[in-house]
Amino acid sequence: MTHAVQFSKVSRHFGAVRAVDSVDLEIRPGEFFAMLGPSGSGKTTCLRLIAGFEQPTSGHIEIFGETAEGVPPYRRNVNTVFQDYALFPHLNVRDNVAYGLMIRGVNKAERAKRAEAALALVKMPGYGDRRPGQLSGGQRQRVALARALVNEPRVLLLDEPLGALDLKLREQMQEELKSLQRALGITFVFVTHDQGEALSMADRVAVFNEGRIIQIGAPEEIYRRPRTRFVADFVGSSNVLSPALTASLGGPPKWASLRPEDVRLDPAGLNEATVVATNYLGSVTRVTLDTFGGRLSALVASTAELPVPGTRLRFSFSTSDLHLIEDEA
Amino acid sequence: MSAPGAILPGRGGAGGALSDTFWRHPKLLLFLMLTPPLLWLGIIYLGSLFALLLQSFYSIDEFSGMVNREFTFKTYGELGNPANVDIIVRTVTMAALVTVASAIVAFPIAYYAARYARGRWKAVFYLGIMLPLWSSYLVKIYAWKLILAKEGIVSWAFEKLGMTWLMEAWLALPVVGGSSLSISSTGTFLVFVYVWLPFMILPMQASLERVPSSLIEASADLGAGPGRTFRHVILPLALPGVVAGSIFTFSLTLGDYIIPQIIGSSRLFIGQAVYAHQGTAGNIPLAAAFTVVPIVIMGVYLWMARRAGAFNAL
Amino acid sequence: MRSDRQTSASPALKIAAGLGLAFLHVPLLLIFVYAFTTEEKSYQWPPPGLTLKWFAVTWGRPDVWEALTLSVQVASVSTAIALVLGTLCAAAVSQSRFFGREAISLLVILPIALPGIITGIALRSAFNLAEIPFSFWTIVLGHATFCVVVVYNNAVARFRRMSGSLIEASMDLGADGFQTFRYVILPNIGTALLAGGMLAFALSFDEVIVTTFTAGQQATLPIWMLEELVRPRQRPVTNVVAMVVVLVTFLPILAAFYLTRDGDQIAGSGK
Repeated sequence: MTHAVQFSKVSRHFGAVRAVDSVDLEIRPGEFFAMLGPSGSGKTTCLRLIAGFEQPTSGHIEIFGETAEGVPPYRRNVNTVFQDYALFPHLNVRDNVAYGLMIRGVNKAERAKRAEAALALVKMPGYGDRRPGQLSGGQRQRVALARALVNEPRVLLLDEPLGALDLKLREQMQEELKSLQRALGITFVFVTHDQGEALSMADRVAVFNEGRIIQIGAPEEIYRRPRTRFVADFVGSSNVLSPALTASLGGPPKWASLRPEDVRLDPAGLNEATVVATNYLGSVTRVTLDTFGGRLSALVASTAELPVPGTRLRFSFSTSDLHLIEDEA
Repeated sequence: MSAPGAILPGRGGAGGALSDTFWRHPKLLLFLMLTPPLLWLGIIYLGSLFALLLQSFYSIDEFSGMVNREFTFKTYGELGNPANVDIIVRTVTMAALVTVASAIVAFPIAYYAARYARGRWKAVFYLGIMLPLWSSYLVKIYAWKLILAKEGIVSWAFEKLGMTWLMEAWLALPVVGGSSLSISSTGTFLVFVYVWLPFMILPMQASLERVPSSLIEASADLGAGPGRTFRHVILPLALPGVVAGSIFTFSLTLGDYIIPQIIGSSRLFIGQAVYAHQGTAGNIPLAAAFTVVPIVIMGVYLWMARRAGAFNAL
Repeated sequence: MRSDRQTSASPALKIAAGLGLAFLHVPLLLIFVYAFTTEEKSYQWPPPGLTLKWFAVTWGRPDVWEALTLSVQVASVSTAIALVLGTLCAAAVSQSRFFGREAISLLVILPIALPGIITGIALRSAFNLAEIPFSFWTIVLGHATFCVVVVYNNAVARFRRMSGSLIEASMDLGADGFQTFRYVILPNIGTALLAGGMLAFALSFDEVIVTTFTAGQQATLPIWMLEELVRPRQRPVTNVVAMVVVLVTFLPILAAFYLTRDGDQIAGSGK
């Protein structure tokens, strides 16, 4: 099977800074792939390497089996949705969307038709005559998406596409992007620092840190079985248990992660703790517990009676939920 | 139908090849973009500037009139002659007076335009300052020649007001007077102020516009009346603009040789001295030495102005 | 500015500002009156009578037409050169980071920052050294040298406001460097270039100091005017020419204003 995108030991150095450090990556055709990590982790640079705005210092990049390094962005059948949308201010929406077609020499009537179809796809039909300056942030983002999709790229790149939107809009767009990708079958690669976004949208997630990929896997795998402390910390608000704490809970003396929602407040439980604080989060409440070995969080439904800080109680969890972290990095 | 390839062929032809080359070697493009202007400015302009300034270290042989290309400070020493010192002092004094006067005249205009003009009036003031700024320099001087002429409108006005005696008394004064307004230092002064005024207004207006309203409100909130707010809040914040404008008026006056020639007494200014010496007299070293004077003065002035933060207003 | 609205300008301020503006404009308007005077030998005020005949006389003067033609030609060519060089410099300075960037900004501004007489003498000695005879092209070179900065300033300001991701977006969508320049960069800086070009034209059209040093025997319109100021031939003709010059420079300035304004700026809106 030809991978949609393949990185072989790709590095990108800026002087002494290793933005991308010998990365191996394989993205399957038709998948929704997320690149997740904090700022400066190299995820955006990797995206730009795929787009062609950066060239690798070393290593080999292939897009659908064809060599990509040394090829300028305008010759790659890859399109990008930029973080600031980058809509051309001097063109109206239709001309913006049809820009790629215009460059390729498609005639005016055909361009207008395809642009309108693309706008309908992103639920903005009829906006052709407006100017980017007249649109809201969410609308501009859709236009940017249409502008990229109308060219039927083999790979669509999205650079932190939902960062500037408010919560409601973001959730809505997440669903739309997901269903759009399923319908079109195009390989989507998107970059985000928001782990919730990555987990909810992607088929597979690559977690970046300091220019390297720490772990790649399906969202569930990353969430439940983080390979390192960094991943456990970064993805979801987990309990990261020191070896001492793990031992006090009956496990081996190693670093481990335990998801708060897997901690049950159980009067018949084997472990004792004192309630330090409770945080009401709406449908769930986070209860911070102080045990003999250290602190722990539990996430409980807000329906039951909430424990008062200072009370002692018991809790339990399944040993299968206690995930040992092999790598301390 | 097979999907189109991931890598497309380029545009082809010379355009495509050139494009790819520039993309691969951005520094090459940079080099090509910068070389023509830099070549011209750096080598020819800067080169001839240095050649000129270098000449100030040469001297002229009084008898043969030839330039003696030996390094010497003699020419600078000549600047110390009473006649030359006179010229320098006269020019610097005029520059200072012009700067102060333009600042005073400019301030109400700049202040009103910055803080009270709104909408259409804003445009009126903007154009009202821009148009004279960009109007022909010579036409402006010519206009004043008409105005200050013996039979011109100023004399006519004084006569109608019965104040001719005042004008004649003023003209009889030494230094500022002359045989008529257009042949007097007063006339030169008036024209300088008029011609450089827009250069003073614009930076002033820019820095006055930048005084945030919140500061004025805070001052009022803390109990200061409008007068004190003006003195202690607005004026200090407007100062960088005043200094920036003064850079223009000062430096333009120091180097000008046309205005004193057309409207002024026969006493020379630095610009005229430079012009005279490099002309038929062929005394390039002395002309160059005179040229260095305004450069040095402005250099010092600019350095002091930079420390006062005037460049933020430009 | 909100707090200023409560206390609108004091009458004294309004009068002072108004008088100041009047001071700026009245001398120019007086020229208009003088263009119609019947008086031939002096600058008499008030004009003894009004007539249109001097316009016809000026029309018939060959030296005026020669000077005017030369000025227009010099201004056009200098502006064209300044547009190309100024844009190249502005593009290079604002798009890339390289050693000596600040130095280049300073270098470009130098011709206009130094007194004209210095630039004039420097250029003349350069031409003498290279044994280039004075001609149309020496005038043009002199003018282009300081016209570049006007275009440069306008272009740099606009480049700075243009988001860099626009160029990447264009390339991402399939346009190579030249196409990106044509379809994205040029439209976005176009009006700034136009404004810069017009100002450069006005600057060149009016320039006299550097021109006297680089012109040799030829006379541009300002040189013609300078001659008339020093040794007047037919005063009324000079009046008419002066009036025409004022009107002619009025238009590009107005146009440049409409092209580059960004909407109203209200005092206090700065940080």
